[in-house]
Formats: sequence, structure tokens, C-alpha cells
Amino acid sequence: MEHNLLTMKRSNKLKRTRKDYQLHLLVLPAVVLALLFSYSPMFGLVIAFQNFKPARGFFRSDFIGLENFKVLFSSSDIYQIIFNTLFFALTKIVILLLVPFVFALLLNEINRMYFKRTIQTLVYLPHFMSWVILGGILVDMLRLDGGFINQIIQMVGLKQVFFLGNGNWFRFTIIITAVWKEFGFSAIVILAAISGIDPTLYESAYMDGSTKWQQCRYITMPCLVPIMVVVGILSLGNILNADFDQIFNLYNGLVYDKGDIIDTYVYRLGLLQANYSVSAAIGMFKSVVSFIVIIIGYGLAYRIAKYRIF
Amino acid sequence: MKYNSTAYKFFTIFNYILLAFLAFTCIMPMLHILAVSFSSKAAANANLIKLLPIGFTIDAYAESIGNRYFMKAFEIGLARTIVGPVISMLVTVMAAFALSKESAQFKYRNMYMWFFVFAMFFNGGMIPTYMVIRSLKLLNSFWVLILPLALNVYNLILLINFFRTSVPKALEEAAYIDGASHIRTLFNIFLPVAIPAIATLTLFNIVIHWNSYFDGLIYMTHRENYPLSTFLQTIVVSENFSATGLTADQVKHISERTLKASQIFLSVIPVLLVYPFLQRYFVKGIVLGSIKE
Repeated sequence: MEHNLLTMKRSNKLKRTRKDYQLHLLVLPAVVLALLFSYSPMFGLVIAFQNFKPARGFFRSDFIGLENFKVLFSSSDIYQIIFNTLFFALTKIVILLLVPFVFALLLNEINRMYFKRTIQTLVYLPHFMSWVILGGILVDMLRLDGGFINQIIQMVGLKQVFFLGNGNWFRFTIIITAVWKEFGFSAIVILAAISGIDPTLYESAYMDGSTKWQQCRYITMPCLVPIMVVVGILSLGNILNADFDQIFNLYNGLVYDKGDIIDTYVYRLGLLQANYSVSAAIGMFKSVVSFIVIIIGYGLAYRIAKYRIF
Repeated sequence: MKYNSTAYKFFTIFNYILLAFLAFTCIMPMLHILAVSFSSKAAANANLIKLLPIGFTIDAYAESIGNRYFMKAFEIGLARTIVGPVISMLVTVMAAFALSKESAQFKYRNMYMWFFVFAMFFNGGMIPTYMVIRSLKLLNSFWVLILPLALNVYNLILLINFFRTSVPKALEEAAYIDGASHIRTLFNIFLPVAIPAIATLTLFNIVIHWNSYFDGLIYMTHRENYPLSTFLQTIVVSENFSATGLTADQVKHISERTLKASQIFLSVIPVLLVYPFLQRYFVKGIVLGSIKE
């Protein structure tokens, strides 16, 4: 600990408390917000163990222990939903590591700056659009009989595709559009990392007569892999989230079996069907598992790359 | 460094074409919607429109801007997008300043940090949060669009790291010697230095608030209180007209393609306006947030 004026012991205790209270005051609004909106809902999780009736409130609804969970896991629906959630999450994590990576490598090879900048600017635009906007656009463009995409497909001579109505095509569409939305933004981060690589490495490789591909394979990639691994591990923490916004704005009754994820199910069950207890039970299950995965993830990230959150 | 092999030349050409194509796919949907919004109803319904308007007309826009439900939602969306980030940044900057002090200086610092970090990892979920909001009497209030989003722990941590690494200790000590209180140090020294970081975070916050629709959806029971994103979600995406009390004719009319397209595009405009500013502070902000050893 460095000794400086700010950390020297203050002999005058009164002086310290007078100063310190200001710091507490500064943190106070944040603490209040966290208590209200993050911590107090945690107490509401008790309804996962109750047969909750809103009229009777928390304290007078019957306590039924793990009944809700038993009911939940005895129906076959929940397993399909968990599978869907994991499918989407894992596929997206993998592809969203590979595609931006390759794209950043390719973009890095461009030498005309104005071309490079233009491409960059255009390519991360979709990231800032909400899934409401994109949902509106995509539902229109992907529809049968007249959607723009299907028109192009038919022009090439192929049959129309029911992107948003057929279970398997729905999954495909979700993955592709998610990658399309995010790859530009993720590539920016990777590009920033690439520009951080020592240029003398490349120069000496050139001197030794290496090809561009060799430079990429033996300099660029090894320098980037640690970062990508860390990003991958950290995004595991999100694994049960699988982007509610996207599914919510693109799905419909036809694709519930293959497209439903935990959060959309919780929404329908809890907020539309008012089945509060079971819905809260799933939510709690999800939170607990996510929490465990996050802890493991951050622990791994620390071991592997000394990455600390604070 | 010169590379002259033919393989490399082919690669370069291929690269330019591929990247240009990918960039094009990223804006193509926008161009299509833009074209539909400026086209005649007949052309839109006949699915004739590709990337350019057919039967150019601004009718759809005139009608959308004249639609008072749409404009009310636009106003609410705008209001929350202005108030929300301001409040959020205020809370975050104050807390980040206090928490950037080391624990030798600020005795309870670590306790606060764990308090916030835990909240980031674990939360009550959709239903319990809804119940809290309800008992706080925030349902249907404008503030329900602002307060739950006000504390963003990721931003907090970014700012804490920024304060620690970018403000020289000497500056802080000088202020302390001159008898400045914490609050003065914050506003007169840390804040000016941190303007780029704060600007970046604010811009991201603005986009998040503008795009946020789910809170409006579940916490507002009257559609007059919907921010624009929620309005779009119900009218354009899910075509859920039950909350709107419209007649069958009005419903058929609203689901008309050019009208939807114009509403979609109008709601993208603020994001497009903010976009060049995002660009400017962007790479700095990304470097702030990227992995550091």
C-alpha cells in the first residue's frame, strides 16, 4: 500500500468522520436503488415455494415447499424449453466468437482507410437497433408470399421458406439474425485488440520472408485467443438468458415447441396466465443455475487470464 | 511491406467484395423499410418494392405524425430517453467516485462493492420484480421507466476503473491539501477529466432507454402511458390490439404496410442521429470496457 497524503493515519478522528460521511452520501442513491429493485425482489422469490394467491398476499398463501418444482419437472415441457434455451445460447456463443473473429481478421487486411471505416460504421449499425424494430422489419421481410427475402429466393428458382413458422427454420433464423445483429459490434472489440499487437512482430516476420497467412496464423491468432477464451467463458454466465427480446419479438404460436425459451415461458405463464408460483419457481431455478455458472465462469477467467472484475 | 503474389491479389479482391456485401446486408433491411415507407399503398400491398420506393409519396409519414397515439408514445419515449440517462449517470458517477477510493481511505468500500456485484449476478426474476414495482405504486407511473434502469453495475465498474487509472493521485492530493471536500473534488477535478468516459456511457444509456420496451409493456396498464418502443411492439410486431380499444376498421388500417414502415423508420431516427457521436467516442469507450490484463 503506497503511503501518501490520502491514506496517512489521521490522528484527528473527528476530521475523518466528517470527511467520510460525504462518501457514504455519494453512494447512498445507488444503494437505495439496489435495495429497492435488486434485493427486495429476492424476497419475493418466496412465492416459488407457496401456492401464491395475490389476494392473500405473501404471508397468508399456503406454503407448499417444493411442490411447484415437482410439478414443473414432471411435465415434459420444461425439458424441451431448457433444451431450446441451451441450444440457442451455446450456438450463439460459439458462432459469435468465430464470425466476428474471422470478420475482424479480414477487415484488418484492408489498407484503404476510408473503405475500412465505412465498412466498420455500416456493420455495427444493427447492434443499436432494438429487436422491436428488427422484429417489425424481419417479420415483414421473412413472410411467405411477398416477403422480400422469399421473393429473392424464388427469383433464384428455389421454393419459399417459412422462416418464422417452421420450427427448424425458426431456429435457423434466430441464430442467423442474432449473428447478423451482433457480429459488427463484436468485431470492433477484436479489431481494437488486433491494433494492440506489437507491429514489430509483423515486421520481423516479414523480414524472415513469411506470407500474410503465416503472419495471421502465428502472430495474430495466438495473441487474440486468450481474449476470445475469456470473452467466451464470461458469456457462459448468460447461458440461460438466450436473448428474450429476440425470441419474444419473432416468435408465434407455431414455433413454441422448438423456439420457446425459459424467459418466454415464464412470461406467458406468469404475466399472461397469472400462474405466479410456478413461474417464479422457474425464474428462481434459472437465477440459481445462472449464478453458479457465472461464479464458475469468472473463477475460470481469473485462473486462465488473471481477469478480475474489480 | 509489400506482398505481390497472385494468391494475395485474388484474396484482396475477394476480401473487398465479401466485406462490401456483408456491410450491404447490414443496411439492406433499413433501405427496404425506408423504400416501403415512401411508396404508395398499392405498390406495397402488391409486394413490388425492393430497395427503392415505387409511387413515391409521403402519405404514410403524414399520417403517422398526425396519429396522436403514435406521437404521444413518441413524446413519452423521448422524455424517458432524456431523463433516464441523466439520472442514471448522476447516480453512477457519484457512487463510482466514492467507490474508487481505496479501502484505506474509505473503510466500507469493499462491503459496498460486494453489495453491488452480488446484485449484478443474482436477481429475483420477472415476477417478484413486478410485485415489488406494484407495491411501490409505480405501475403506470413515468418513473417506472427510469428508476429500475438507473443503476447499471457494469457502468459503475467501468467508471470506477476509469477514475482509478485516469486521475493522477497528485491531483487528488493537491485538492485534499487545499482543503477541498469530497464533493468538491468530484465536481471540480474528476468530472472534467472523465467527460469522454461519461459521454460514452451516456450515449449507450440513451440507446438502451430508447429501445427499452418490455418495462413499458408489463408495468403500464393503459396504453396512453406506453413509450414509443412499447407502442411499436404492440401495434407493429405483435399486432396485439386488445389494449388499444380500436375499432375493426381502425385496426385494419393501422396494420397497413406503409404505415407500419413509416412508424418503424421514425423510431429509428433518434438512434441514427446519435450514431455519429457514438462513433467519435466509441473506440475509446470500447478500450475502456475491453479485457485488461
